[in-house]
Amino acid sequence: MELLTGKILLGGDMAEIIDLPGIYDIHGFSEDEQVVRHFLHDNVPDLAVVVLNATQIERQLSLLIQLKQLNLNMVVLLNMADEAKKFGITIDGDKMAELLGMPIHLISAKYGQGQPEAMQAITKALRYPTPGMAEALRTQLEQDAHIEHEMARVLSSAVQVPARLSDTRTDKLDSLMLHPWLGLPIFFGIMYLLFQGIFFFGQPLQGGVAELLGWLRETVLDPACAGLPAWMSGLLLDGIYNGVATVAAFVPIIILFFLFMAIVEDTGYLSRAAFLMDALMAKMGLDGRSFVMLLMGFGCNVPALMGTRVMRSRSLRMLSMLVIPFSLCSARLQVFVFITAALFSPKAAPLVLFSLYLFSFAAAIITALLFKRQFANTEPFVLELPPYRFPTGRQMLLRGWHEVTHFLRRASQFIIAGVVLVWLLTNLPASAAPASADTLAGMIGAWLHPLFAPIGINEQLTIALIFGFVAKEIVIGSLAVIYGMSGDALGGALVQQLDWVQAYSFMLFTLIYTPCLSTIATLRNESKNNGFTAFALAWSLALAWLVSFLFYQAARALGY
Amino acid sequence: MNANDFNPHTPLSSLAPGMRGTITDIHTDDALRQRLQALGFRSGKDIEIIRKASFGGPVHYSTVSLVARRA
Repeated sequence: MELLTGKILLGGDMAEIIDLPGIYDIHGFSEDEQVVRHFLHDNVPDLAVVVLNATQIERQLSLLIQLKQLNLNMVVLLNMADEAKKFGITIDGDKMAELLGMPIHLISAKYGQGQPEAMQAITKALRYPTPGMAEALRTQLEQDAHIEHEMARVLSSAVQVPARLSDTRTDKLDSLMLHPWLGLPIFFGIMYLLFQGIFFFGQPLQGGVAELLGWLRETVLDPACAGLPAWMSGLLLDGIYNGVATVAAFVPIIILFFLFMAIVEDTGYLSRAAFLMDALMAKMGLDGRSFVMLLMGFGCNVPALMGTRVMRSRSLRMLSMLVIPFSLCSARLQVFVFITAALFSPKAAPLVLFSLYLFSFAAAIITALLFKRQFANTEPFVLELPPYRFPTGRQMLLRGWHEVTHFLRRASQFIIAGVVLVWLLTNLPASAAPASADTLAGMIGAWLHPLFAPIGINEQLTIALIFGFVAKEIVIGSLAVIYGMSGDALGGALVQQLDWVQAYSFMLFTLIYTPCLSTIATLRNESKNNGFTAFALAWSLALAWLVSFLFYQAARALGY
Repeated sequence: MNANDFNPHTPLSSLAPGMRGTITDIHTDDALRQRLQALGFRSGKDIEIIRKASFGGPVHYSTVSLVARRA
């Protein structure tokens, strides 16, 4: 085996660095472990620099204690300290160094944190090289019992990981959560409660924010803009303010959504969901992890697509990326919450929303079944089930804050530009009556009419769909602009124009057709394949039209 | 019951929940072996079959909590 070597100048002396293969166990029998053992046996290094992954410190500490027994001159670098912090793992480096009797430095190779200190420690340690290795090395290597004991001692006093259930409690909980017959019903029950909880707490908040924003317009903005030319106050108030306010009212629901998802994610339950669903996913050419990514996609498709990086098999990854955009993301949820609240009775609305989630899964399943042969998967499914953990308040606050900033970023990037464009399209040329057939929007709608009439989508909704291509939040924002009203008034205007069949067909199309621009960009970046990206786009458009067509025509044929 | 009583070529996934054994060797490609080792699934370790998911789903192994799809 070829070892990577290099020479660098350290404290005025040249040092030769030899990179040994990464190992987990000096007693191991893998090729890598043998290479390291033989190397240490034959060439005692002046200094061994041991780089450990701080996020896996519990598992990697055993290697350190094994190496310590060889009486090597050692410096330990705990890399990925930044990641460990994110996971809520606190490592007291000084305490650990004291307990182990060797220098320990927390570093982040990615961001360069702790690097100068680490280099200094290495330079210093090199002044007192390893004297040599005792012949008793082999016998020392056998002392496994001692290693376990040492590990427990150091871990318990120098490392703090977030509160977690004990192994026996985790086992007990798992025997219920992973029960052969109860496991799946419990999973669906948890998901049901999650969504109920989001709407129970979220909808009053949404109503409150909408009222507040409406009040702000009436009492502050309307008088303030009274002196402006009509076109300008129209653009500012009916365009930007109505559009953004309609979308902003949904922010509380979105924050709750991500908070609840974060709780489920942080407890370690998602890997259980992967275990439970793997058998079913395997029939579609996917695996348990693809299912978890579909769930994550309910929040936002973008991180879900990036999450597929853990898959090594390219075809499995591509197939997963093909189905994830069908996940009913939180942006699409806003559109559906708004329209179902306007067009369906309070009793029917939750069922309608639930049916859209079913359609979301159905679209993913159909796509996977149709294309699994093109993306045949051979990757073995192996997954760790971590102990259940309690999410920390700090992590949840960070998550909520992250969603607020994420929304503000999208608002400033897409939503404002989108609603301004919609306003221009529905108000130009200046001679035409706003939002009439003579405006640019009316002309585009009329031009696309042959395509959208068979699925029951009128010209106004067509314009909203065009902008929904950029970001789904713009759909309701642009409806607010097109109809020149927001909140309940907009809902009322929609009821005047649409019956429930048209509205449902519109929601089906919105659910399935091309994901937002960010998702497309992520698909392109992650797949590095323009053909695949174009295919994913074309397929979802075609499927959306087909599903809406079948639904609309069937419903009309049945007399609805 | 001990897995050593079995034919050494018995696939792990064919053992019943509650059975225990010791891993003596892992025959697989390098990538999977690397991953299994990272998860503490290596020669010399004792393992127990904890449960199997319904519909022919994955098998749950200890000593680290690990699940793997049946071949």
